[in-house]
Amino acid sequence: MKRQAGFTTVAIICFVCLYAPIVVLVAYSFNAGESIAVWQGFSWRWYAAAWENEEVQRAAWLSVLVAVQASFYATVVATMAALATTRNKAFRGQTAVFALINQPLMVPEIVTGVALLIVFAMVKVATGYNGLGYLVLAHTAFCIPFAYLPIRARLEGMDLTLETAAADLYATPWKTFRRVTLPLMWPGILAGAMLAFVISLDDVVITELVKGPGQDTLPTYMLGQLRRVVTPEINAISSALLAVSVVIVSLFFLLNRKRG
Amino acid sequence: MAEPGEASALEEAEARAVRTRWALLVPAMLVLTIGAAGPLLVMLVYSFLEAGDYGGVEWVFSTDGWVQVFYAYDIFDEEWVAADAHLSIFWRSVKLSVVTTLLALFFGFPTAYFIATRSEKSRNAWLFLITIPFWTNLLIRTFAMMEVIRNEGVVNSVLIGIGLIDEPIQILYTDTAIALGMVYVYLPLMVLPIYASMEKFDFRLVEAAYDLYATRLRVLWRVILPLVKPGIVAGSILVFIPSLGAYVTPRVLGGGKNMMLGNLIELQFGQGRNWPLGAALSITLLVLVMVALLFYVRAAQRGSSGHG
Repeated sequence: MKRQAGFTTVAIICFVCLYAPIVVLVAYSFNAGESIAVWQGFSWRWYAAAWENEEVQRAAWLSVLVAVQASFYATVVATMAALATTRNKAFRGQTAVFALINQPLMVPEIVTGVALLIVFAMVKVATGYNGLGYLVLAHTAFCIPFAYLPIRARLEGMDLTLETAAADLYATPWKTFRRVTLPLMWPGILAGAMLAFVISLDDVVITELVKGPGQDTLPTYMLGQLRRVVTPEINAISSALLAVSVVIVSLFFLLNRKRG
Repeated sequence: MAEPGEASALEEAEARAVRTRWALLVPAMLVLTIGAAGPLLVMLVYSFLEAGDYGGVEWVFSTDGWVQVFYAYDIFDEEWVAADAHLSIFWRSVKLSVVTTLLALFFGFPTAYFIATRSEKSRNAWLFLITIPFWTNLLIRTFAMMEVIRNEGVVNSVLIGIGLIDEPIQILYTDTAIALGMVYVYLPLMVLPIYASMEKFDFRLVEAAYDLYATRLRVLWRVILPLVKPGIVAGSILVFIPSLGAYVTPRVLGGGKNMMLGNLIELQFGQGRNWPLGAALSITLLVLVMVALLFYVRAAQRGSSGHG
Protein backbone atom coordinates (compact mmCIF):
# COMPACT_ATOMS: atom_id res chain seq x y z
CA MET A 1 0.00 0.00 0.00
CA LYS A 2 1.32 3.43 -0.88
CA ARG A 3 1.90 5.64 2.09
CA GLN A 4 1.25 9.32 2.39
CA ALA A 5 4.49 11.17 1.72
CA GLY A 6 6.18 12.41 4.87
CA PHE A 7 3.60 11.04 7.30
CA THR A 8 5.96 8.49 8.78
CA THR A 9 8.64 11.15 9.19
CA VAL A 10 6.27 13.48 11.02
CA ALA A 11 5.08 10.61 13.21
CA ILE A 12 8.63 9.64 14.17
CA ILE A 13 9.45 13.28 14.93
CA CYS A 14 6.36 13.37 17.12
CA PHE A 15 7.35 10.34 19.13
CA VAL A 16 10.90 11.62 19.56
CA CYS A 17 9.69 15.07 20.63
CA LEU A 18 7.20 13.52 23.01
CA TYR A 19 9.86 11.61 24.90
CA ALA A 20 13.03 13.66 24.45
CA PRO A 21 12.16 16.34 27.04
CA ILE A 22 11.18 13.66 29.55
CA VAL A 23 14.43 11.79 28.94
CA VAL A 24 16.42 15.01 29.44
CA LEU A 25 14.50 15.73 32.64
CA VAL A 26 15.17 12.29 34.07
CA ALA A 27 18.81 12.35 32.96
CA TYR A 28 19.51 15.60 34.81
CA SER A 29 17.96 14.23 37.98
CA PHE A 30 21.16 12.16 38.16
CA ASN A 31 23.42 15.16 37.64
CA ALA A 32 26.21 15.50 40.20
CA GLY A 33 26.31 19.27 39.73
CA GLU A 34 23.87 21.96 40.88
CA SER A 35 22.71 22.83 37.39
CA ILE A 36 19.97 21.43 35.21
CA ALA A 37 21.87 22.45 32.09
CA VAL A 38 25.50 21.37 32.56
CA TRP A 39 26.23 17.67 33.01
CA GLN A 40 28.80 17.01 35.71
CA GLY A 41 28.69 13.28 36.17
CA PHE A 42 26.34 10.71 37.65
CA SER A 43 25.09 10.89 41.21
CA TRP A 44 22.13 9.99 43.39
CA ARG A 45 22.62 13.09 45.53
CA TRP A 46 19.42 14.88 44.44
CA TYR A 47 17.29 11.86 45.19
CA ALA A 48 18.88 11.75 48.62
CA ALA A 49 18.30 15.49 49.02
CA ALA A 50 14.64 15.18 48.04
CA TRP A 51 14.21 12.16 50.31
CA GLU A 52 15.56 14.09 53.30
CA ASN A 53 13.78 17.34 52.52
CA GLU A 54 11.07 17.69 55.14
CA GLU A 55 8.86 19.88 52.97
CA VAL A 56 8.98 17.28 50.22
CA GLN A 57 8.19 14.53 52.71
CA ARG A 58 5.19 16.40 53.99
CA ALA A 59 3.95 17.22 50.48
CA ALA A 60 4.41 13.63 49.32
CA TRP A 61 2.54 12.30 52.33
CA LEU A 62 -0.29 14.76 51.76
CA SER A 63 -0.47 13.85 48.06
CA VAL A 64 -0.85 10.18 48.90
CA LEU A 65 -3.32 10.86 51.71
CA VAL A 66 -5.59 12.92 49.45
CA ALA A 67 -5.24 10.60 46.45
CA VAL A 68 -6.03 7.46 48.46
CA GLN A 69 -9.13 8.98 50.03
CA ALA A 70 -10.37 10.73 46.89
CA SER A 71 -9.87 7.71 44.64
CA PHE A 72 -11.58 5.45 47.18
CA TYR A 73 -14.67 7.65 47.54
CA ALA A 74 -14.79 8.40 43.82
CA THR A 75 -14.61 4.71 42.94
CA VAL A 76 -17.34 3.74 45.39
CA VAL A 77 -19.83 6.35 44.20
CA ALA A 78 -18.83 5.84 40.54
CA THR A 79 -19.43 2.08 40.87
CA MET A 80 -22.91 2.73 42.22
CA ALA A 81 -23.58 5.26 39.47
CA ALA A 82 -22.33 2.86 36.80
CA LEU A 83 -24.63 0.12 38.11
CA ALA A 84 -27.55 2.54 37.91
CA THR A 85 -26.82 3.85 34.42
CA THR A 86 -25.86 0.74 32.47
CA ARG A 87 -27.75 -2.32 31.32
CA ASN A 88 -31.11 -0.60 31.19
CA LYS A 89 -33.24 1.44 28.86
CA ALA A 90 -32.95 5.19 28.68
CA PHE A 91 -34.55 6.70 31.77
CA ARG A 92 -35.92 10.08 32.70
CA GLY A 93 -33.20 12.49 33.75
CA GLN A 94 -30.49 10.43 32.07
CA THR A 95 -29.10 13.36 30.10
CA ALA A 96 -28.80 15.45 33.25
CA VAL A 97 -27.07 12.60 35.10
CA PHE A 98 -24.52 12.11 32.33
CA ALA A 99 -23.94 15.84 32.07
CA LEU A 100 -23.25 16.02 35.80
CA ILE A 101 -20.89 13.05 35.74
CA ASN A 102 -18.96 14.43 32.77
CA GLN A 103 -19.01 17.99 34.03
CA PRO A 104 -15.48 17.91 35.51
CA LEU A 105 -14.17 16.88 32.07
CA MET A 106 -15.80 19.81 30.29
CA VAL A 107 -15.39 22.76 32.65
CA PRO A 108 -11.86 24.21 32.69
CA GLU A 109 -10.06 23.34 35.91
CA ILE A 110 -9.30 26.96 36.68
CA VAL A 111 -13.04 27.75 36.64
CA THR A 112 -13.94 24.87 38.94
CA GLY A 113 -10.96 25.83 41.09
CA VAL A 114 -12.01 29.41 41.74
CA ALA A 115 -15.65 28.40 42.18
CA LEU A 116 -14.58 25.97 44.90
CA LEU A 117 -12.31 28.62 46.39
CA ILE A 118 -15.33 30.92 46.76
CA VAL A 119 -17.59 28.28 48.29
CA PHE A 120 -14.94 26.85 50.61
CA ALA A 121 -14.04 30.34 51.81
CA MET A 122 -17.67 30.78 52.88
CA VAL A 123 -17.77 27.38 54.55
CA LYS A 124 -14.49 28.09 56.34
CA VAL A 125 -15.89 31.30 57.81
CA ALA A 126 -19.15 29.61 58.79
CA THR A 127 -17.67 26.44 60.34
CA GLY A 128 -14.08 27.29 61.20
CA TYR A 129 -13.02 23.94 59.73
CA ASN A 130 -9.66 24.14 57.95
CA GLY A 131 -8.76 20.50 57.41
CA LEU A 132 -8.00 18.30 54.46
CA GLY A 133 -11.70 17.69 53.80
CA TYR A 134 -11.90 20.45 51.21
CA LEU A 135 -9.11 18.96 49.11
CA VAL A 136 -10.55 15.46 49.45
CA LEU A 137 -14.02 16.62 48.38
CA ALA A 138 -12.71 18.58 45.39
CA HIS A 139 -10.50 15.67 44.28
CA THR A 140 -13.29 13.14 44.74
CA ALA A 141 -15.56 15.20 42.48
CA PHE A 142 -13.15 15.52 39.57
CA CYS A 143 -12.03 11.89 39.90
CA ILE A 144 -15.57 10.53 39.49
CA PRO A 145 -15.70 10.61 35.66
CA PHE A 146 -12.30 8.90 35.45
CA ALA A 147 -13.42 6.14 37.79
CA TYR A 148 -16.83 5.89 36.15
CA LEU A 149 -15.76 5.34 32.54
CA PRO A 150 -13.78 2.06 32.91
CA ILE A 151 -16.39 0.62 35.29
CA ARG A 152 -19.18 1.47 32.91
CA ALA A 153 -17.26 -0.02 29.97
CA ARG A 154 -16.73 -3.21 31.93
CA LEU A 155 -20.41 -3.47 32.89
CA GLU A 156 -21.55 -2.89 29.34
CA GLY A 157 -19.46 -5.79 28.10
CA MET A 158 -20.84 -8.13 30.76
CA ASP A 159 -23.01 -11.15 30.08
CA LEU A 160 -26.44 -10.53 31.63
CA THR A 161 -27.45 -14.21 31.45
CA LEU A 162 -25.14 -15.05 34.35
CA GLU A 163 -27.15 -12.85 36.68
CA THR A 164 -30.40 -14.26 35.38
CA ALA A 165 -29.05 -17.75 35.94
CA ALA A 166 -28.12 -16.89 39.52
CA ALA A 167 -31.60 -15.47 40.11
CA ASP A 168 -33.15 -18.58 38.59
CA LEU A 169 -31.19 -20.62 41.10
CA TYR A 170 -32.91 -18.67 43.90
CA ALA A 171 -30.02 -16.39 44.75
CA THR A 172 -31.24 -13.23 46.46
CA PRO A 173 -30.52 -9.98 44.58
CA TRP A 174 -27.82 -9.13 47.14
CA LYS A 175 -26.23 -12.56 46.81
CA THR A 176 -26.35 -12.33 43.02
CA PHE A 177 -24.61 -8.98 43.21
CA ARG A 178 -22.05 -10.14 45.78
CA ARG A 179 -21.18 -13.46 44.11
CA VAL A 180 -21.75 -12.82 40.40
CA THR A 181 -21.89 -9.15 39.42
CA LEU A 182 -19.19 -7.77 41.71
CA PRO A 183 -16.51 -10.37 40.84
CA LEU A 184 -17.23 -9.83 37.14
CA MET A 185 -16.96 -6.06 37.35
CA TRP A 186 -13.96 -6.12 39.70
CA PRO A 187 -11.30 -5.47 36.99
CA GLY A 188 -13.27 -2.40 35.90
CA ILE A 189 -13.48 -1.13 39.46
CA LEU A 190 -9.75 -1.64 39.97
CA ALA A 191 -8.98 0.12 36.69
CA GLY A 192 -11.25 3.02 37.63
CA ALA A 193 -9.64 3.33 41.05
CA MET A 194 -6.15 3.40 39.55
CA LEU A 195 -7.09 6.05 37.03
CA ALA A 196 -8.72 8.15 39.74
CA PHE A 197 -5.62 7.77 41.93
CA VAL A 198 -3.30 8.98 39.16
CA ILE A 199 -5.59 11.89 38.28
CA SER A 200 -5.73 12.98 41.92
CA LEU A 201 -1.98 12.56 42.42
CA ASP A 202 -1.22 14.71 39.36
CA ASP A 203 -3.67 17.52 39.91
CA VAL A 204 -2.18 20.99 40.06
CA VAL A 205 -4.73 23.70 39.31
CA ILE A 206 -7.65 22.83 41.58
CA THR A 207 -5.30 21.87 44.43
CA GLU A 208 -3.39 25.14 44.07
CA LEU A 209 -6.61 27.13 44.49
CA VAL A 210 -8.30 25.02 47.15
CA LYS A 211 -5.39 24.17 49.45
CA GLY A 212 -5.16 25.87 52.78
CA PRO A 213 -1.92 27.10 54.37
CA GLY A 214 0.54 24.23 54.80
CA GLN A 215 -1.51 21.95 52.54
CA ASP A 216 0.93 21.66 49.64
CA THR A 217 0.83 18.46 47.63
CA LEU A 218 3.89 17.44 45.58
CA PRO A 219 2.67 19.15 42.37
CA THR A 220 1.82 22.45 44.10
CA TYR A 221 5.09 22.30 46.03
CA MET A 222 6.91 21.93 42.72
CA LEU A 223 4.93 24.76 41.13
CA GLY A 224 6.05 27.00 43.98
CA GLN A 225 9.67 25.92 43.59
CA LEU A 226 9.73 26.71 39.86
CA ARG A 227 9.71 30.41 40.78
CA ARG A 228 13.11 30.04 42.40
CA VAL A 229 16.42 28.81 41.06
CA VAL A 230 15.72 25.26 40.02
CA THR A 231 18.12 22.54 41.11
CA PRO A 232 18.07 18.91 39.94
CA GLU A 233 16.16 18.14 43.14
CA ILE A 234 12.98 19.12 41.27
CA ASN A 235 14.04 16.73 38.49
CA ALA A 236 14.45 13.98 41.04
CA ILE A 237 10.99 14.57 42.51
CA SER A 238 9.52 14.76 39.01
CA SER A 239 11.19 11.52 37.97
CA ALA A 240 9.88 9.71 41.03
CA LEU A 241 6.35 11.00 40.42
CA LEU A 242 6.61 10.08 36.73
CA ALA A 243 7.68 6.57 37.67
CA VAL A 244 4.67 6.13 39.95
CA SER A 245 2.25 7.34 37.26
CA VAL A 246 3.81 5.19 34.53
CA VAL A 247 3.70 2.06 36.68
CA ILE A 248 0.05 2.56 37.64
CA VAL A 249 -1.05 3.41 34.10
CA SER A 250 0.83 0.41 32.71
CA LEU A 251 -0.99 -1.81 35.21
CA PHE A 252 -4.23 -0.21 34.09
CA PHE A 253 -3.48 -1.11 30.48
CA LEU A 254 -2.63 -4.69 31.37
CA LEU A 255 -5.84 -4.99 33.33
CA ASN A 256 -7.84 -3.65 30.41
CA ARG A 257 -6.13 -5.83 27.85
CA LYS A 258 -7.00 -9.05 29.68
CA ARG A 259 -10.63 -8.23 29.11
CA GLY A 260 -10.18 -8.27 25.33
CA MET B 1 -52.77 -9.41 27.45
CA ALA B 2 -51.49 -9.38 30.98
CA GLU B 3 -53.80 -10.00 33.88
CA PRO B 4 -54.54 -6.93 36.05
CA GLY B 5 -52.64 -8.52 38.95
CA GLU B 6 -49.61 -9.15 36.77
CA ALA B 7 -49.69 -5.63 35.47
CA SER B 8 -49.58 -4.11 38.93
CA ALA B 9 -46.80 -6.52 39.91
CA LEU B 10 -44.88 -5.37 36.86
CA GLU B 11 -45.52 -1.76 37.71
CA GLU B 12 -44.32 -2.36 41.22
CA ALA B 13 -41.14 -4.01 39.97
CA GLU B 14 -40.63 -1.07 37.64
CA ALA B 15 -41.11 1.40 40.49
CA ARG B 16 -38.66 -0.55 42.63
CA ALA B 17 -36.11 -0.47 39.80
CA VAL B 18 -36.49 3.29 39.53
CA ARG B 19 -36.05 3.72 43.30
CA THR B 20 -32.96 1.51 43.30
CA ARG B 21 -31.50 3.43 40.39
CA TRP B 22 -31.86 6.81 42.04
CA ALA B 23 -30.63 5.47 45.38
CA LEU B 24 -27.49 4.30 43.60
CA LEU B 25 -27.09 7.63 41.82
CA VAL B 26 -27.59 9.92 44.81
CA PRO B 27 -24.06 9.74 46.32
CA ALA B 28 -22.32 10.55 43.02
CA MET B 29 -24.79 13.31 42.21
CA LEU B 30 -24.34 14.77 45.69
CA VAL B 31 -20.54 14.84 45.52
CA LEU B 32 -20.59 16.31 42.02
CA THR B 33 -23.14 18.94 42.96
CA ILE B 34 -21.24 20.08 46.05
CA GLY B 35 -17.75 19.61 44.66
CA ALA B 36 -18.09 20.69 41.04
CA ALA B 37 -21.39 21.96 39.61
CA GLY B 38 -23.00 23.81 42.51
CA PRO B 39 -20.09 26.16 43.17
CA LEU B 40 -20.41 27.42 39.59
CA LEU B 41 -23.83 28.84 40.50
CA VAL B 42 -22.44 30.46 43.64
CA MET B 43 -19.74 31.98 41.46
CA LEU B 44 -22.41 33.42 39.17
CA VAL B 45 -23.92 35.14 42.21
CA TYR B 46 -20.50 36.43 43.28
CA SER B 47 -19.92 38.03 39.89
CA PHE B 48 -22.80 40.40 40.72
CA LEU B 49 -21.48 41.50 44.13
CA GLU B 50 -19.13 44.25 45.22
CA ALA B 51 -15.46 43.47 45.76
CA GLY B 52 -14.27 43.46 49.36
CA ASP B 53 -11.23 45.55 50.28
CA TYR B 54 -9.07 42.57 51.20
CA GLY B 55 -10.48 39.98 48.84
CA GLY B 56 -13.85 38.36 49.29
CA VAL B 57 -17.04 40.32 48.63
CA GLU B 58 -19.49 42.76 50.12
CA TRP B 59 -23.04 41.48 49.83
CA VAL B 60 -24.20 44.44 47.76
CA PHE B 61 -25.48 44.07 44.22
CA SER B 62 -23.12 45.49 41.66
CA THR B 63 -22.33 44.98 37.98
CA ASP B 64 -18.77 46.32 38.42
CA GLY B 65 -17.30 42.83 38.06
CA TRP B 66 -18.85 42.43 34.63
CA VAL B 67 -18.10 45.97 33.51
CA GLN B 68 -14.46 45.49 34.49
CA VAL B 69 -14.17 42.48 32.21
CA PHE B 70 -14.13 44.92 29.30
CA TYR B 71 -13.61 48.35 30.84
CA ALA B 72 -11.16 49.79 33.33
CA TYR B 73 -11.82 52.82 35.52
CA ASP B 74 -9.33 55.55 34.91
CA ILE B 75 -8.89 57.26 38.31
CA PHE B 76 -7.18 60.33 36.81
CA ASP B 77 -9.70 61.10 34.10
CA GLU B 78 -12.51 59.64 36.20
CA GLU B 79 -14.02 57.73 33.32
CA TRP B 80 -14.34 54.16 32.04
CA VAL B 81 -11.98 53.21 29.25
CA ALA B 82 -11.62 49.94 27.34
CA ALA B 83 -9.56 47.47 29.40
CA ASP B 84 -6.78 46.95 26.89
CA ALA B 85 -4.90 44.62 29.19
CA HIS B 86 -7.88 42.27 29.44
CA LEU B 87 -8.66 42.43 25.74
CA SER B 88 -5.07 41.60 24.83
CA ILE B 89 -5.18 38.62 27.21
CA PHE B 90 -8.46 37.45 25.65
CA TRP B 91 -6.91 37.82 22.23
CA ARG B 92 -3.74 35.96 23.28
CA SER B 93 -5.80 33.11 24.76
CA VAL B 94 -7.86 32.65 21.62
CA LYS B 95 -4.90 33.10 19.29
CA LEU B 96 -2.65 30.68 21.14
CA SER B 97 -5.45 28.12 21.44
CA VAL B 98 -6.09 28.26 17.68
CA VAL B 99 -2.36 28.03 16.91
CA THR B 100 -2.01 25.13 19.35
CA THR B 101 -4.96 23.30 17.78
CA LEU B 102 -3.61 23.76 14.25
CA LEU B 103 -0.10 22.65 15.20
CA ALA B 104 -1.47 19.66 17.09
CA LEU B 105 -3.52 18.75 14.02
CA PHE B 106 -0.50 19.14 11.76
CA PHE B 107 1.58 16.78 13.92
CA GLY B 108 -1.22 14.63 15.27
CA PHE B 109 -2.91 13.64 12.02
CA PRO B 110 0.14 11.99 10.43
CA THR B 111 0.93 10.34 13.76
CA ALA B 112 -2.58 8.86 14.00
CA TYR B 113 -2.32 7.74 10.37
CA PHE B 114 1.04 6.15 11.09
CA ILE B 115 -0.37 4.20 14.05
CA ALA B 116 -3.51 3.16 12.17
CA THR B 117 -1.46 1.71 9.31
CA ARG B 118 0.74 -0.47 11.58
CA SER B 119 0.09 -4.16 11.96
CA GLU B 120 -2.64 -4.92 14.44
CA LYS B 121 -0.19 -6.21 17.01
CA SER B 122 2.20 -3.27 17.08
CA ARG B 123 -0.64 -0.72 17.00
CA ASN B 124 -1.32 -1.21 20.69
CA ALA B 125 2.31 -0.57 21.53
CA TRP B 126 2.37 2.70 19.56
CA LEU B 127 -0.91 3.72 21.11
CA PHE B 128 0.51 3.00 24.53
CA LEU B 129 3.49 5.25 23.73
CA ILE B 130 1.14 8.12 22.85
CA THR B 131 -1.05 7.60 25.90
CA ILE B 132 1.62 7.29 28.58
CA PRO B 133 2.72 10.93 28.57
CA PHE B 134 -0.92 11.97 28.71
CA TRP B 135 -1.39 10.22 32.06
CA THR B 136 1.72 11.71 33.56
CA ASN B 137 1.74 14.98 35.40
CA LEU B 138 1.03 18.02 33.22
CA LEU B 139 3.24 20.21 35.38
CA ILE B 140 6.16 17.81 35.00
CA ARG B 141 5.77 17.68 31.24
CA THR B 142 5.62 21.48 31.11
CA PHE B 143 8.69 21.65 33.31
CA ALA B 144 10.46 19.19 30.97
CA MET B 145 9.62 21.48 28.05
CA MET B 146 10.94 24.44 30.02
CA GLU B 147 14.29 22.77 30.56
CA VAL B 148 14.61 21.94 26.88
CA ILE B 149 13.86 25.43 25.52
CA ARG B 150 15.75 27.46 28.14
CA ASN B 151 18.61 29.65 26.98
CA GLU B 152 21.02 27.08 28.40
CA GLY B 153 18.76 24.22 27.36
CA VAL B 154 19.26 21.41 24.89
CA VAL B 155 17.68 23.15 21.90
CA ASN B 156 19.86 26.24 22.15
CA SER B 157 23.00 24.24 22.99
CA VAL B 158 22.53 22.05 19.94
CA LEU B 159 21.82 25.01 17.64
CA ILE B 160 24.93 26.80 18.92
CA GLY B 161 26.92 23.58 18.77
CA ILE B 162 26.25 23.04 15.08
CA GLY B 163 26.95 26.71 14.42
CA LEU B 164 23.49 27.67 13.27
CA ILE B 165 23.26 30.51 15.78
CA ASP B 166 25.83 32.39 17.87
CA GLU B 167 23.66 33.46 20.75
CA PRO B 168 20.83 31.52 22.38
CA ILE B 169 17.36 32.35 21.08
CA GLN B 170 15.00 33.55 23.77
CA ILE B 171 12.12 31.07 23.50
CA LEU B 172 11.21 30.70 27.15
CA TYR B 173 8.78 33.33 28.49
CA THR B 174 7.35 34.11 25.04
CA ASP B 175 4.03 33.30 23.39
CA THR B 176 5.90 30.79 21.23
CA ALA B 177 6.97 28.90 24.34
CA ILE B 178 3.36 28.73 25.55
CA ALA B 179 2.12 27.43 22.19
CA LEU B 180 4.94 24.87 22.00
CA GLY B 181 4.24 23.73 25.53
CA MET B 182 0.53 23.37 24.92
CA VAL B 183 1.06 21.40 21.71
CA TYR B 184 3.44 19.21 23.67
CA VAL B 185 1.07 18.49 26.55
CA TYR B 186 -2.18 18.23 24.57
CA LEU B 187 -0.95 16.35 21.47
CA PRO B 188 -2.28 12.95 22.68
CA LEU B 189 -5.77 14.49 22.85
CA MET B 190 -5.54 15.11 19.10
CA VAL B 191 -3.99 11.78 18.14
CA LEU B 192 -6.38 9.51 20.05
CA PRO B 193 -9.75 10.57 18.53
CA ILE B 194 -8.29 10.76 15.01
CA TYR B 195 -6.83 7.30 15.50
CA ALA B 196 -10.20 6.06 16.79
CA SER B 197 -11.94 7.20 13.62
CA MET B 198 -9.16 5.78 11.43
CA GLU B 199 -9.22 2.43 13.18
CA LYS B 200 -12.62 1.75 11.65
CA PHE B 201 -11.45 3.13 8.33
CA ASP B 202 -11.30 0.64 5.46
CA PHE B 203 -7.89 1.19 3.90
CA ARG B 204 -8.94 -0.79 0.84
CA LEU B 205 -10.71 2.41 -0.20
CA VAL B 206 -7.30 4.07 -0.40
CA GLU B 207 -6.00 1.27 -2.57
CA ALA B 208 -9.07 1.50 -4.78
CA ALA B 209 -8.48 5.22 -5.22
CA TYR B 210 -4.85 4.62 -6.16
CA ASP B 211 -5.95 1.97 -8.64
CA LEU B 212 -8.12 4.61 -10.21
CA TYR B 213 -5.00 6.78 -10.66
CA ALA B 214 -5.71 9.24 -7.87
CA THR B 215 -2.66 11.15 -6.69
CA ARG B 216 -1.54 10.92 -3.05
CA LEU B 217 -2.80 14.38 -2.27
CA ARG B 218 -6.14 13.64 -3.92
CA VAL B 219 -6.50 10.43 -1.93
CA LEU B 220 -5.77 12.31 1.27
CA TRP B 221 -8.15 15.13 0.42
CA ARG B 222 -11.03 13.24 -1.17
CA VAL B 223 -10.93 9.82 0.48
CA ILE B 224 -9.22 9.88 3.87
CA LEU B 225 -10.11 13.33 5.20
CA PRO B 226 -13.90 13.18 4.66
CA LEU B 227 -14.09 9.81 6.39
CA VAL B 228 -12.03 10.71 9.45
CA LYS B 229 -13.54 14.18 9.79
CA PRO B 230 -15.43 13.32 13.01
CA GLY B 231 -12.13 12.35 14.61
CA ILE B 232 -10.50 15.57 13.46
CA VAL B 233 -13.34 17.67 14.85
CA ALA B 234 -13.30 15.77 18.16
CA GLY B 235 -9.52 16.05 18.46
CA SER B 236 -9.55 19.76 17.67
CA ILE B 237 -12.18 20.43 20.33
CA LEU B 238 -10.34 18.30 22.87
CA VAL B 239 -7.18 20.35 22.29
CA PHE B 240 -8.85 23.74 21.93
CA ILE B 241 -10.84 23.61 25.17
CA PRO B 242 -8.02 22.89 27.63
CA SER B 243 -5.80 25.34 25.73
CA LEU B 244 -8.35 28.09 26.21
CA GLY B 245 -8.52 27.39 29.94
CA ALA B 246 -4.81 26.67 30.35
CA TYR B 247 -3.22 27.87 33.57
CA VAL B 248 -0.11 25.85 34.34
CA THR B 249 1.56 26.01 30.92
CA PRO B 250 1.32 29.81 30.48
CA ARG B 251 2.35 30.33 34.09
CA VAL B 252 5.48 28.20 33.78
CA LEU B 253 6.48 28.89 30.16
CA GLY B 254 5.05 32.39 29.73
CA GLY B 255 6.60 33.87 32.84
CA GLY B 256 4.63 36.56 34.64
CA LYS B 257 3.95 38.79 31.65
CA ASN B 258 2.48 36.55 28.97
CA MET B 259 -0.77 35.78 30.76
CA MET B 260 -3.67 33.79 29.43
CA LEU B 261 -7.26 33.91 30.63
CA GLY B 262 -6.64 31.27 33.31
CA ASN B 263 -3.82 33.31 34.83
CA LEU B 264 -5.88 36.52 34.70
CA ILE B 265 -8.65 34.74 36.61
CA GLU B 266 -6.27 33.43 39.26
CA LEU B 267 -4.74 36.89 39.63
CA GLN B 268 -8.11 38.33 40.71
CA PHE B 269 -8.24 35.88 43.62
CA GLY B 270 -4.63 36.56 44.59
CA GLN B 271 -2.95 39.95 44.30
CA GLY B 272 -5.83 41.48 42.32
CA ARG B 273 -8.26 41.01 45.22
CA ASN B 274 -11.21 41.45 42.91
CA TRP B 275 -13.34 38.34 43.33
CA PRO B 276 -16.38 39.60 41.39
CA LEU B 277 -14.19 40.37 38.38
CA GLY B 278 -12.52 36.96 38.73
CA ALA B 279 -15.94 35.31 38.88
CA ALA B 280 -17.15 37.25 35.83
CA LEU B 281 -14.00 36.30 33.90
CA SER B 282 -14.47 32.65 34.88
CA ILE B 283 -18.02 32.65 33.59
CA THR B 284 -16.85 34.32 30.38
CA LEU B 285 -14.31 31.53 29.92
CA LEU B 286 -16.98 28.96 30.70
CA VAL B 287 -19.30 30.44 28.08
CA LEU B 288 -16.51 30.39 25.48
CA VAL B 289 -15.90 26.72 26.26
CA MET B 290 -19.60 25.91 26.06
CA VAL B 291 -19.85 27.60 22.67
CA ALA B 292 -16.95 25.49 21.44
CA LEU B 293 -18.64 22.35 22.82
CA LEU B 294 -21.96 23.25 21.23
CA PHE B 295 -20.19 23.75 17.93
CA TYR B 296 -18.69 20.30 18.36
CA VAL B 297 -22.03 18.63 19.18
CA ARG B 298 -23.57 20.28 16.11
CA ALA B 299 -20.71 19.12 13.90
CA ALA B 300 -20.86 15.62 15.34
CA GLN B 301 -24.60 15.37 14.71
CA ARG B 302 -24.22 16.59 11.18
CA GLY B 303 -21.45 14.05 10.66
CA SER B 304 -23.48 11.11 11.95
CA SER B 305 -26.66 12.04 10.06
CA GLY B 306 -24.59 12.49 6.90
CA HIS B 307 -23.35 8.90 7.07
CA GLY B 308 -26.46 7.33 8.48
